[in-house]
Parts: sequence; C-alpha cells; structure tokens
Amino acid sequence: MSSILTLAQTALELGLISSLTVLALFVSYSMLNVCDLSTDGCFTLGATVGAVVAIAGHPYLSVPAAMAAGILSGFVTAILQTKMGIDSLLAGIIVNTALYSVNIAVMGNSSLLNMNKTDTVLTQAKALLEGTFLSEHYKLIIAVIAVAAVVIFIAVFFKTKLGLAIRATGNNPDMVRSSSINTAVITVIGLCIANSFTALSGCLLAQMQKSVNIDIGTGMVTIALASLLIGNIFSSRSGITGKAVFAVVGAFIFRLVYTIALRFNMPAFMLKLVSSVIVIIAISAPYLKKQFPVFKRRFLAKRKGENVNA
Amino acid sequence: MLELLNISKTFNAGTPDEKKAIDNLSLKIENGDFITIIGANGAGKSTIFNLIAGTFLSDSGRILLDGEDITLLPEHKRARKIGRLFQDPMRGTSPGMTIEENLALAAGHGGWLSKVSKNDKKMFREKLSLLNMGLEDRMNQKVGLLSGGQRQALTLMMATICPPGVLLLDEHTAALDPATAQKVLELTKRIVSEGKLTCLMITHNMQSALELGNRTLMMDAGNVIYDVSGEERADKTVEDLLVMFKKNSGKSMNTDRILLS
Repeated sequence: MSSILTLAQTALELGLISSLTVLALFVSYSMLNVCDLSTDGCFTLGATVGAVVAIAGHPYLSVPAAMAAGILSGFVTAILQTKMGIDSLLAGIIVNTALYSVNIAVMGNSSLLNMNKTDTVLTQAKALLEGTFLSEHYKLIIAVIAVAAVVIFIAVFFKTKLGLAIRATGNNPDMVRSSSINTAVITVIGLCIANSFTALSGCLLAQMQKSVNIDIGTGMVTIALASLLIGNIFSSRSGITGKAVFAVVGAFIFRLVYTIALRFNMPAFMLKLVSSVIVIIAISAPYLKKQFPVFKRRFLAKRKGENVNA
Repeated sequence: MLELLNISKTFNAGTPDEKKAIDNLSLKIENGDFITIIGANGAGKSTIFNLIAGTFLSDSGRILLDGEDITLLPEHKRARKIGRLFQDPMRGTSPGMTIEENLALAAGHGGWLSKVSKNDKKMFREKLSLLNMGLEDRMNQKVGLLSGGQRQALTLMMATICPPGVLLLDEHTAALDPATAQKVLELTKRIVSEGKLTCLMITHNMQSALELGNRTLMMDAGNVIYDVSGEERADKTVEDLLVMFKKNSGKSMNTDRILLS
C-alpha cells in the first residue's frame, strides 16, 4: 500500500514539475499558435543555470536566474521569427541547437553537474519544514507552490489588455494589427513568458534530482505537448483558468500512466516513444474522425461494385 | 483629409508575371466624404486600400492623412487612424475570444496590464444593443459562435469604436446573404453619418454605389477613370455608369457580378 502511495506521490511531484513546461506550451502553442521547438534546450538551460547558481551558494537566486535565462532564450527565438524572417519552427530548432553548446558552457565544459551536497530551494524547504508533519512532503510543497503561482499568474495576466493581445495574436494577427498593436512585440513578450516557465520547470527538476546532465530536457517538448493535449480533452469548454488547471491535470495523468506502465515492467526508455504516440493520436484523431465518413462510403461503394474514382 | 500623391505599385516587377496594379494615381479625399468605388476585378481597388492601410508599401508616391505623411508608417501604427473591414467576416475578429474581449482590444482603453473596466463593459453593452442583434446579452460568448453577419456588424463596431480618420470598407457585405447584407449596409450608413466619418467603400453593386455616399470613383487598370460627385452624380443611373465605363476604358464592364447586381 505504502509503495503505491509513494508511487503516486512521485508521479504527482514529477507531474507538477513538468506541468510548468506544459503551461509554457499552453502559452506558446495554444495561445500564440507557435510550436516552440526550443523547449528542450530551454528546459536544460533552466536546469544548468539554476544548478550553477545554487552551487555558487545562492539557493534562492537560482530560481529567478533560471527564469531570466529562459526569458533570454525566448527573446532570441522570438526575434528570429518576428524580425529576421525565420520560420517559427526553424527558429526554435536553431535556438535549441545553439543552446546545447550554451548549456555545456554554463556547466563549465562539462555535461554533468552533481548537486548532492548543494544547498538548493528544496533543501531549504526541507530544513524549514523539519519536525513538522509536512517534513516528508517538501518536494511536493515546492512543486505545488510553483505551479499555483504560475496558474494564478496565467489566470490574472491573460485577462489584462496585454494578455488579450497575446491570445488574439495567435488567433487572428490581422485583427491585432488593426487594433494598433504590434504583433511582433506581442509575440516576443509571449515567448519570453512561456520560456521563463520552461526554465523554471528545468531548474526545479534538476534540484529535485540533485543533478543535471545535458540530456535532462531531451524530448520535453513532446512530453509536454502530450500532457497538454490530454488536458485539452477535458477542457474544451473551459475558460483560460480552467484550461490552465486542466493542463496541469493532463501532466499529472501522463506521469501517472507512465509510472503505472513502469510498474508493469515497461522499460524506462520507452517514455519518449509513448509520448510521441500520444501526441500523434491526440493531433490526428480529430482529423481522422472527420475523414472517416469518406473512407466508409468509399469502402461501401467498392463492396457494391460501384465505379468510384478512389 | 486623405491625400494620395502620384502613387504607383507594380507586383512581381521584372518577372513575366509583372502586373502594374496602381499607375501614378493621385486622389484627394475631404473630411466627411463617403466615397464609393467601383471597377472590374483587377482594377486596383483593393490594392489602393492595402496601400492606404499599410499592408504593403507603394513603389513611389506619398500618402498624407490629415497633413501627416504616413507613407512609411507600419500598418499597426496607421491602424490608430484607419479602420478597415474586409469581405471575409472572419478577418476582423478573433474567434477564440469573447465578444467583450474583442471589443476591449479594439477600444484599447487603459494600460497594458489593466483589465476591462466596468465603464467600458457598460459602453460595449450600449453600443451592441444598437445593432439590434441581441449581442449585448452574449458578451461572454466566443465570437467564433456568431454568424457571418453578426461578426461583420461586430467588426464594424470594433473598427469605429475609436473614431478613425478614414474607414475602409472592402466589399464588406459581399459575403453575406441579401437580407443580412442590407442590414449591415444600413448599419454602416448610420455609423458613418452619426460619427461624421470619412469613408471609402468598394462595392460591386452599382446601384448602392450611386445611392450611398456623396462621391463615386470608377477604377480601371490602376487608375481612376471617372470621378463623379454632387448634383451631377444625383442624376446618374447604372446605365450611365456602364456607358461611361465603356467610353473611358475602351471596353465594356463585363464582370458577371456587376451585371447581375
């Protein structure tokens, strides 16, 4: 029984931490309509910057430092696509590639950093909760605080004029321009915000695992997209806040299913294949559903021997 | 006052597809003018609108709005003074956002981090009720749920919520069914006359080109071939326009859409 609880708690902790990246994609993919492929690199950037700052002896500074690094990365991606005519997918890929070198450089020419004895936000929380009934749940508490802060930010910010402009830019950029708003600036701001969440996610995961390696963010974009699309199933009629909450729920469900699959001896390396399949199903299902009547009628017509141009 | 001075625009210059869309066109539009523009497909009507709105830059010439040179101003900066409606009702609104959110963006009141104020909400409600479409009770519904006519009426409201220096209407009723088109046209007349707006309207309906506004321009091959206003215009019929077109362009105006309407 206790092992199942531990499993659920691990799934919850990891789900919450990765839900920060899901919320980042909620901003960039769902609102701005930009598939930000620099997500993997930005996640790792948040992890490396956070780790280096924490190792240098600044546990609390590590979080804003990681987020600032994320903002910078988002800024570069956005400038490439809005001011330099590079396709948004390509801009993401280019920045992602560049970040690989940046991340190794941040870690001081190494692809692995160990934080076993480092004072981090998590060890600080652990020390703070020492002796209280919450002392075992310090990881969960940090994750909950971070996710709650981001969800509240989204709920409030995306109802302001700037937030509305970001949502409208992904929806109908023509309309935004005719409201005298520069869509390029709006895209830059949106991607900066999204990437700060991604970097926060990476920073906290690294501190939770007490280590960073250069591969920590590999495949994050697909995993987060899968979680986002799972959440979308439940939130098609919700407003912004509801959608953000269900994005977090989606991340948790994804982790839970993955954790259960591991219990049934699915090898851990299957994670990325599973997340890819989920993304494929979630995106293609509505399309295939629409096509189904066509297939059906063609099939029936052929069986009757009718002459159809198919 | 809107002034176009010697505007030219050629698409695909230097290729076999080269097309001279606007040919050294000069035009002066007084404040409060309501001008209807007619012409066959490819005459340069929409191109003129794109040049005024800043969707693309002219090859030569200048554009002045109320004395200010806006020739090189980017589209979103001109939008403060220029409202625009397209034929496609989907282009003017954001479908995933509510009616209220769309209006709030168009009104642009308050700072970047401010929410929609109560006063604004009240003002939106009042203005929406003037449309007689029941939209004032659907402020929190997504615009994607509205019909084409409702969306076009909403777009018209959004374009004029901050009175623009010039309102550009690019066949904004052409994609609507006749009854709805009539309703949106009535609405247009009312909003333009109440706000004393300067307005340019492209239409394929020759009859309404003569009925609406105070001046009619006929375009062909990137220039204005006939410009009529005042008393002279009051006596004109659709037949007169067709004859005039033949005389001035040397060909008959044989667009099906024009003949049928």
